[in-house]
Amino acid sequence: MSAATAVAGLPVRTSGSLPSIVRAELLKLGRRPATWVLLGLWPALQLVFSLLIPYISYRRGSSFEGIPPEQVLATTLPDRLVGNALSGLPLFGGALLLTLGALLAGSEYGWGTLKTLLAQGPRRTTVLAGQVLALLTVLAGTVAFSLALTAGASALIAGAEGAPADWPGLGELARGFGGGLLVAATWGVLGMLLGTALRGTALAIGLGLVWVLAVESLVVNVAAPLLEVFDTLQRALPGVNAGSLVAALAGGTVRTPGVVAVVDGAQAAWVLGAFLAGAIALTGLLLVRRDLS
Amino acid sequence: MTTAPETVGRPTGPAPTVPATPVAEPVVVTDRLTKRYGKRTVVDALSLEVRRGEVFGFLGPNGAGKTTTLRMLLGLVRPTSGSATVLGRPAGTSVAEVGALVEGPGLYPYLSGRDNLRVLARYAGVGAGRIDAVLDTVDLTDRAGDRFGTYSLGMKQRLGIAAALLKDPALVVLDEPTNGLDPAGISEVRGLLRRLAGEGRTVVLSSHLLGEVEHLCDRVAVVASGRLLVESTVEDLRGLGRLVVDARPLDTAAAVAVRLLGPDRVSVVDGALHLQTSPGETAAVNRALVLADVDVTGLRQEARTLEEVFLQLTDGDADLPPDAAPARRTRRGDR
Ligand SMILES: Nc1ncnc2c1ncn2[C@@H]1O[C@H](COP(=O)(O)OP(=O)(O)O)[C@@H](O)[C@H]1O
Ligand SMILES: [Mg+2]
Repeated sequence: MSAATAVAGLPVRTSGSLPSIVRAELLKLGRRPATWVLLGLWPALQLVFSLLIPYISYRRGSSFEGIPPEQVLATTLPDRLVGNALSGLPLFGGALLLTLGALLAGSEYGWGTLKTLLAQGPRRTTVLAGQVLALLTVLAGTVAFSLALTAGASALIAGAEGAPADWPGLGELARGFGGGLLVAATWGVLGMLLGTALRGTALAIGLGLVWVLAVESLVVNVAAPLLEVFDTLQRALPGVNAGSLVAALAGGTVRTPGVVAVVDGAQAAWVLGAFLAGAIALTGLLLVRRDLS
Repeated sequence: MTTAPETVGRPTGPAPTVPATPVAEPVVVTDRLTKRYGKRTVVDALSLEVRRGEVFGFLGPNGAGKTTTLRMLLGLVRPTSGSATVLGRPAGTSVAEVGALVEGPGLYPYLSGRDNLRVLARYAGVGAGRIDAVLDTVDLTDRAGDRFGTYSLGMKQRLGIAAALLKDPALVVLDEPTNGLDPAGISEVRGLLRRLAGEGRTVVLSSHLLGEVEHLCDRVAVVASGRLLVESTVEDLRGLGRLVVDARPLDTAAAVAVRLLGPDRVSVVDGALHLQTSPGETAAVNRALVLADVDVTGLRQEARTLEEVFLQLTDGDADLPPDAAPARRTRRGDR
């Protein structure tokens, strides 16, 4: 520690530890209205589209997307918990979480807060680690919340209709939770990469949404059927892999847009893991290499 | 390194002021520190030294490269060449012991003043106890629960300074802390700076307005276009004052003055002798003139304001708003 004592008499102070920085980030996340809106919208939309609308259509005795009422009821029951809790993640959930990530990273530039954080002394990589870990924490909470919310609603429906409540096993639940978190984290961190690369929120969110909602769907639905190169390419897209992973976790058929088994579940998990790690590494590289001016 | 001013002759004879003796160890040393953006050299071979315990004014017109220099000291911007040492360590590695406010207070608008400090205290690794202490220092305890976004400019600036003080740093770097404030806000910040200096901290203060800092600083560096124009004590800078002498015969008087001071420091303007002297040299000038049988009818020291010195040094490439009219802002609920 010779460097630390180069100037005699000056007390050496250190910056916050990683857990302390994670707690700082959790405080920021918890107090930010946008966090609650974006994280709350996904389970809410999830509930409406996987359970509420099918159940109402069953109650009215009408068929839903050409499926007879009894089969519609079956899709809302507890044995479909994992699929019903996660099916929104590849598409609208992804759009929301990408927006959240871009907002978190981008606004640090807009507000000039990144330099304030760094001025407190932590390494840039420690700041990123703290922010990613805090994001993972709230995403884990949100995935768990979606599972709990869906479970509660399914149990109510099963109870009201006297239908069987066959809950998925613990292993299936754990896989669902892990897979859901992987998809959510990949979207969130890709958003952070965009916000960091573009040093702002507006363009990052715009490009992210166009990618998730338009570009991927054009590649999958228009280009891939026509040209083989796009058919190969689509297997590398984050949205396609997210859809494939959720489809694998859900088991049965899920009719939510974006949930299509293009590749098998294991491959999808690996590709998403690579996106997650790559996005973190690239964000870290940008953060460490660039001037903050 | 030597700190002799390049363009300003240090007055000979007894020093007009007593600088901090013995010379304290340097807290900041830059050695030919340079930053280029593309082809533009924004900071150009800047070598200066800030000593322990002093209030150091870093002055220069807008765009002079002050903020860029401070960012390099904090490790936010990488130098193109040259080096900087802060608290005995390479710039950027010692950030943990430096409190800084660079280019405005960057804080979270949706968080209260207190929560902003809570976040930063966790980043800094200091206990929550410091939060109340710094809130008290900047006089924001009453408004600590309000969202930062609702603060007036003066309050924002003060919270930014509070954030810089969280670590109880030995070195405080403040970049234009009075920028954009109204006169009341400026005087609040100035009082705060006096208190910091009184606590024995080393303070580096940048400004494009000399009047803001001349009464606060022990020493100043003046930069323009990224280059160091002068580094000296405020007194030495001001000591470049003029001694205006009315004397007959004028040419004899001029010859005597040239012999005494050298040709560079003597000029004749409007029938009077203009001498560049420090106040301590007045008596010697008078004696020499009288001894040479010159009638001295008037002898007055025109102490220039630092503003004048500054304008002369920066030679018109300064983009200086008049000191007397700082940007006016409405003060929404300040205090
Ligand atoms: N990231 C950057 N890229 C290009 N030019 C920059 C950058 N940052 C600052 N500059 C330029 O460097 C010059 C000095 O800027 P700055 O250090 O902010 O000056 P000051 O703080 O003295 O007003 C300005 O002309 C500014 O436009
Ligand atoms: Mg500046």
